[in-house]
Amino acid sequence: MIEAANPDSFIRIRGVSKHFGDFVAVDDINLDIQKGELFAILGGSGCGKSTLLRMLAGFEEPTSGTMEIDGVDVTRQAPYERPVNMMFQSYAIFPHMNVEKNIAYGLRKERVAANEVDERVSDVIRLVQLDDFRARKPDQLSGGQRQRVALARALIKQPKVLLLDEPLAALDKKLREHTQFELMNIQDELGITFIVVTHDQEEAMTLSTRIAVMDRGRFLQVGPPKEIYEYPKSRFVADFIGTINTFEGRVTSAGDETISVDCPDVGVEVRALCTEDVKVGQDVCVAVRPEKIFISREEPEEDEGVRVRGIVDDLGYLGNLSLYRIHLETGRMIQVSRQNRRRSHKRFVEWDDKVWLSWRPRSAMIIQGDD
Amino acid sequence: MQHRSRFLLTVLSFGYAFLYIPLISVVFYSFNKSSLATVWGGFSLRWYGELFRNDQVLEALALSLQIAATSATFATILGTMAGLVLVRFGRFRGRTLFSGMIVSPLVMPEVITGLSLLLLFVSLQQLIGWPAQRGFSTITIAHTTFAMAYVAVVVQSRLTSMDESLEEAAMDLGCRPLRVLFDITLPLIVPAMVAGWLLAFTLSLDDLVIASFVSGPGGTTLPMYIFSKVKLGVTPDINALASLIILIVSVGLLLSWAAMRKRSS
Repeated sequence: MIEAANPDSFIRIRGVSKHFGDFVAVDDINLDIQKGELFAILGGSGCGKSTLLRMLAGFEEPTSGTMEIDGVDVTRQAPYERPVNMMFQSYAIFPHMNVEKNIAYGLRKERVAANEVDERVSDVIRLVQLDDFRARKPDQLSGGQRQRVALARALIKQPKVLLLDEPLAALDKKLREHTQFELMNIQDELGITFIVVTHDQEEAMTLSTRIAVMDRGRFLQVGPPKEIYEYPKSRFVADFIGTINTFEGRVTSAGDETISVDCPDVGVEVRALCTEDVKVGQDVCVAVRPEKIFISREEPEEDEGVRVRGIVDDLGYLGNLSLYRIHLETGRMIQVSRQNRRRSHKRFVEWDDKVWLSWRPRSAMIIQGDD
Repeated sequence: MQHRSRFLLTVLSFGYAFLYIPLISVVFYSFNKSSLATVWGGFSLRWYGELFRNDQVLEALALSLQIAATSATFATILGTMAGLVLVRFGRFRGRTLFSGMIVSPLVMPEVITGLSLLLLFVSLQQLIGWPAQRGFSTITIAHTTFAMAYVAVVVQSRLTSMDESLEEAAMDLGCRPLRVLFDITLPLIVPAMVAGWLLAFTLSLDDLVIASFVSGPGGTTLPMYIFSKVKLGVTPDINALASLIILIVSVGLLLSWAAMRKRSS
């Protein structure tokens, strides 16, 4: 997939591939990132996201292609020459130096004057709220504190680009949520371009301004979180981000804005909003997110979209919402989620209850193509 | 369960008894007043006193310690370099051969190591006139050769368990590769190097076979001296000397164990 070339993009990656022997880790990637963006590369393990990041940092040399940062070709530059700093997944804090020395290390290597080092170290330590831990050794720090030391150490050199490899993976859930917002604030304050690599879709969604979904060395889709979630271009992307119900079908009629698709799995004709060019008779995939399906005991008044009957096969209570698995008359299982708006001891529906499912035409998305 | 553990305890006691009773008896008889090595005649420190009046013993001891310290130092430098190459230089042509050749002195019979080194020194002497005399320098070189294998293995295991991203992080922060070695890598493997040095020191101090091969008239190490004395019959001052060696070796092993423990924590 080739992005529209942007002449004034800050980071420009052109045709970058990386081969390890016969294995293609990164396959002909093109990417433009603007200054100040918080860009996330999202993918499962082994998809090549870390290799791409390591190429940006200079630890791996691309087999082919070029990489530019702020107009300078860095493809063949050594890691210590690049205006880029990295926060490692393991944090890689030097165990034989205390917090202060760890953070000051990058400036010392630049031969910055001692009083300026002190000043900048104090500034960045304040920024990541580590004032009370300056003299501590790394083994006396908690996971969250180590994460902040790693961040401070990478930020202090005021890099043009900060690379973050799974920055929150080692933290527990509560701390992760807190740190997410902290990271966003820091990024906002300093205006440094962030590139985050993660396998956690939630992390990518909340942190970033744009996401690239990566699989087998290629970008499948690049766009803002909302676009990736609501308008996935392929089954893989739709499936990878969140949960989704997909139905194979054939287009029976195509109007200006809505099309009708005959889906054997649903049992009725499905109407969906579609702005793309779709022909009658074409095989497409209709996809609906669980939270966009309404569940009710009485027959709903939805006449535009889809109404279909089913039986509750399973339900799960998550606190803020409940998940339902509904067995359609066609034998197909559909996932539905519903906000628990009311406090009640009684369940809204029970196992084996007969229910109606419905969704609006605009809630259903059409995915073309085979992958 | 009870039965089984008693059985294991018995086996363990026999094992340890087998290993340590000879050593204990040497220490015990070193305090023997009698001049017959195996007949107890009361407690005395007489033989320790005689030992320290024996110039030959003291000379041999001094030579042994000098050789041990020098060869351990060289072995540590070379072994660390070998360990670094094996772990950090990725896959290069002949890596398997190199790593096999590094560890082969560990399993090579000492007689063969000693003999081949002797042949090397003799032919070197004929070719370039060095070493003119076999002794301190030849034994030191020989000990360095086999001890560096031990150091390489210790350093290698430490490096393998070390997070490679530490070195990458240093480079990422603007540090050149050679500087990374001194700033990050070496400080983190110092415990392994210390353990390696102590191991090499102990091995050198113990060695009799290789030293006998490559030594000349001027160079008699302590184990060589003891061995030559024992050939004429065990005298009680040898017991005293053996006790002292046991003491030195134990201290060395304890220190290297402590260094390794610090390394792993």
